[in-house]
Amino acid sequence: MSLSAKDKKNVVDFFGQVGGKAAEIGNDALSRMIVVYPQTKTYFSHWKDLSPGSADVKRHGLTVMTGVLDAVDKIDDLVGGLLSLSELHAFTLRVDPGNFKILSHCLLVVLAGMFPAEFSPEVHVAVDKFLAKVALALSEKYR
Amino acid sequence: MVEWTDYERTTIADIFSKMDYEVVGPAALARCLIVYPWTQRYFGKFGNLYNAAAITGNPMVAAHGKTVLHGLDRALKNMDDIKGTYAELSVLHSEKLHVDPDNFRLLADCLTIVVAAQLGSAFTPDVQGAFQKFLRVVVSSLGRQYH
Repeated sequence: MSLSAKDKKNVVDFFGQVGGKAAEIGNDALSRMIVVYPQTKTYFSHWKDLSPGSADVKRHGLTVMTGVLDAVDKIDDLVGGLLSLSELHAFTLRVDPGNFKILSHCLLVVLAGMFPAEFSPEVHVAVDKFLAKVALALSEKYR
Repeated sequence: MVEWTDYERTTIADIFSKMDYEVVGPAALARCLIVYPWTQRYFGKFGNLYNAAAITGNPMVAAHGKTVLHGLDRALKNMDDIKGTYAELSVLHSEKLHVDPDNFRLLADCLTIVVAAQLGSAFTPDVQGAFQKFLRVVVSSLGRQYH
């Protein structure tokens, strides 16, 4: 399921509009993931505070969203552009790739809630496809 | 049997009492057909589904979206036996409609996103958790009688 020219435009335009709220989006998405999918907490046992909106969650939410926005810039070559991030996830973090879908879903929920007017069905399908491609690029080095 | 906390029962009832079925039903089904276009396979008789605008404006899609959403009312009224409540509907979707049960999950995800757009900041992580648990049970029950 590759990104059409229209998909790419929708993704780039949409994140251009909402990217300024990266910290808020990341914090909300990560907080939701931890609450709605408690099994994801297993990756954060080294954090002091796993409650929604904690300092650890805020900081990491921004890290993740910065990565997503970086991926938008590299939309024409996600596998190449995200190579070192893939190595990080494969060899150091070893996050089960099933969790990429979970976080993607939480991101979509946040985007719909925060930007109901902009998150039209066409933008939704483009962003869903984009996040799936990002997940695939991140899984590239796993095995 | 599924255990529901008081918070979950209240939250889920609250979401549905505030929901505008006329808007949410059509929006959720339309979104599902647009975001996961392979789901259109079940709606060959619905006419024009050629693009997002056509799907959003299609009156048969809108009508069916409302039907499906009202179908959730049954679960709402029988939260302590959703599995039993949907046994017949599950057989229908399997034997007559031949719907791949994976599709229930896709529609549930679209419904979650539409509700999130409606409720905005009121759709907190805890509210989302309760709503998704409800939908997970519904989806599981609808797939239960497949063989």
